[in-house]
Amino acid sequence: MQDITRRRLLWSIPFATAAVAGGGFLAMLSGLRKGNFDPREINIPVINKPIPPFSLIGQPPSAGFNQQELQRQTKPILINFFASWCIPCLTEMGVLQQLSSHIDIWGIAYKDKPDAVSGFLERNGNPYQKIGQDPEGNIGIEWGLSGVPESFLIMPGGIIKWHYPKPLSVASTQILLSLLQ
Amino acid sequence: MLAFGIDSPDEMLKNTQQEQRAQHLGSQLRCLVCQNESIEDSSADLAKDLRKVVRQRIVAGDTDSQVMEWMVDHYGNFIRLKPPFTFTTALLWFMPVLALGIGCIIAFVTLRKRKHIEAEALSKEEQKRLSELMKE
Repeated sequence: MQDITRRRLLWSIPFATAAVAGGGFLAMLSGLRKGNFDPREINIPVINKPIPPFSLIGQPPSAGFNQQELQRQTKPILINFFASWCIPCLTEMGVLQQLSSHIDIWGIAYKDKPDAVSGFLERNGNPYQKIGQDPEGNIGIEWGLSGVPESFLIMPGGIIKWHYPKPLSVASTQILLSLLQ
Repeated sequence: MLAFGIDSPDEMLKNTQQEQRAQHLGSQLRCLVCQNESIEDSSADLAKDLRKVVRQRIVAGDTDSQVMEWMVDHYGNFIRLKPPFTFTTALLWFMPVLALGIGCIIAFVTLRKRKHIEAEALSKEEQKRLSELMKE
């Protein structure tokens, strides 16, 4: 190789590295703005895994539910962990209402009090077919919860098909609905 | 002794040996919502809940690796502050060796080139100029 070519090639290495890194950062930043990249998103390994063993007492007037009952369902169920004290949960209530005409949603009130949950549902509407209580948050841990709200799509037989660790948006419900077809 | 973020002494196990195991395990587990703190260091709610799970499992008779397995099973490898060696983390683990290797190659090439230049004999013209200079 010619000396001059080699020198040029060596010179171009730092510039190429900077260009590649810059491109990567630009993609991250635009993803952050568009909402398809979130560095804080926690992806737990639950997809295509069976639901964990659990049993919940009901939030009156709803009866509670457990692992066996969820496994027995013949249509998909959306499990939604929420809490009356959680502001992002409030923001997804509208989306959940709309979604409830397409899929049955079972709510799990996470670290909450029955009275506070009743008040929350009276004010914001109730999209849930059933509501269970997880006052200590133990069931949440079994599901790999890192906060509220979080949603899990459960297929008949009790297999987790989809998990969304953030408030549901219109865009994310479209992904969910496409999975139901 | 390290200072840990345990919120209240009630959280600690009475059995000191078990408590030490729990603290050692907890210091290797990431508090997922605080990004880079261990669950022993963090006072986040999730960290507190996970500390409780570690202690419950230890009391129930789990070994350290069984507790770790439970955590990875539920929360993924991200919960381990020290990433395991897998296909996706291979580059991460090999990087120090790789960087050292690349450095060695660069150093070797440059040094050899330098020696090569030094060893080159002076041309006739240069020789003449040198002797002229020496005379002055």
